[in-house]
Amino acid sequence: MSYAPEELLACAIARMVEGAAHAAVGAASPIPAAGCLLARARDGARPRVSLLHRRRGNPFSEGSRELFDLAGQGRIDVFFLGGAQIDGEANINLVEAGGRRFPGSFGSAFMYFAAKRTILFREEHTRRVLVPRVEFVSAPGCPAPQVPRRGGPQALLTGRALFAWDADRRRFRLQSVHPGHSAEEVREHTGFDYDAPAAVPVTPEPSAEELALLRGPVAALVAENYPGFARRVWG
Amino acid sequence: MLGLPANETRFLADAEQIAAAIPDGALVALPPDYSMPAMAVVRALIRRRARGLRLLGVPVLGLCADLLIGAGCVAEVESSAVSLGEAGPAPRFTEAAEKGLVRVRDSTCPMVHSALQAAEKGVPFMPLSGVIGSDLLARRADWKVIEDPFGADRLVVARAITPEVALFHARWADAAGNVWVGRRRELATIAHASRACYVTFEERRERDMLEDELLAPGVISSVYVTAAAPAPRGAWPLGVPDCYAMDDAHLARYAQAARTQEGFRRYLDEFVLNAVAA
Repeated sequence: MSYAPEELLACAIARMVEGAAHAAVGAASPIPAAGCLLARARDGARPRVSLLHRRRGNPFSEGSRELFDLAGQGRIDVFFLGGAQIDGEANINLVEAGGRRFPGSFGSAFMYFAAKRTILFREEHTRRVLVPRVEFVSAPGCPAPQVPRRGGPQALLTGRALFAWDADRRRFRLQSVHPGHSAEEVREHTGFDYDAPAAVPVTPEPSAEELALLRGPVAALVAENYPGFARRVWG
Repeated sequence: MLGLPANETRFLADAEQIAAAIPDGALVALPPDYSMPAMAVVRALIRRRARGLRLLGVPVLGLCADLLIGAGCVAEVESSAVSLGEAGPAPRFTEAAEKGLVRVRDSTCPMVHSALQAAEKGVPFMPLSGVIGSDLLARRADWKVIEDPFGADRLVVARAITPEVALFHARWADAAGNVWVGRRRELATIAHASRACYVTFEERRERDMLEDELLAPGVISSVYVTAAAPAPRGAWPLGVPDCYAMDDAHLARYAQAARTQEGFRRYLDEFVLNAVAA
């Protein structure tokens, strides 16, 4: 069954958030939103999905600070962050790189500490994005002494591959490459060093059941909040 | 710390009069695109050639900041991000930041909220966890790392921010000067924290909304509201929930036009300088 690359990524996210109690999705993140909603549709109940920018029926009634207050209390299990640059120590840069200005750090400098786990997500998988060392640390990947940190990176998902984060070694480990891509290609386009098994598995393709849910109830919810994305992927 | 006023709300005629009341150089707290920016006033500020404004994004900024920056009204932006959301990067902000035409004070969302909550409570600072290890800290003289006085952990504290002006749009205003913003409580935070609060509104209600149990939780009391003015469709091209939706097509058109200074100028001519609203 044919599928869009965005659908493969949403399915990969759904598998990672499966069983979590509460997943929150921040600004401009239609694929993480679709992934979380897919996990919820499959399970029937979990995770609770809080879309920060939901236009109607927004989950928060105390304004935009409520997400951060929830996270500060430990009520957010999974959050998503991206980066103009991401490095091999899971630091992210959302501010500036190579003389170019990016929108800014959003809530990352707090959420990366407060959410129980964070999935890093960036479709572009190039040496421009995945760098040896970020030029500006919006939010650090690794813990520091005397700084309470509830969580940190869980994985890095890109348009080519999925990396798992090894907190003890402070390194990424290549977990799978997406269909149509290879481990060599991933190495060639990644600017930081990482661990990899001798034989790298392929990211599972979406099942017929997953695609049906994505294109049905999930697409309808995503379209309310990301109309441009929904039109592009689902017509 | 100086006290903040207990207001008796004045009613002004329109968005132009509010723009006239906001002085050049003021620190103006503004909401994100999803939280009812007073776009009619933003356009009026551009028409009155406001200069040297310092914008505070609570906690992020979008179209209103990009318009003001592109029109040359802004000296400084403090925000956790400036972006047009699904319509992409904020082109006038991006260019102005890259060329050093505006000072950018980078923040992170909960620090903005904390600094305003300190002002709401009348205390000098507010702690937050996390943030240590971010390069944001080195650029912020108003953030300091302290040791938890009750434990051994390190925390960041943000100095209170008291904006000179809070500016936003509301669904209703009543005769007493109370305004209704529903669940958009970040608007209450900036109204509480600021020296002056200017509000445009869609419609007037005669009955005091604080006397209505269902409406009261979405109300900002007139004690915080300096002045209010009617502005039907005053958030356009952004939305007011259950009233009119964000005009996605217009935002996409703006994002395209504003990629160049010339395109931005043409946009201003068509939608700001010679027209009032759609």
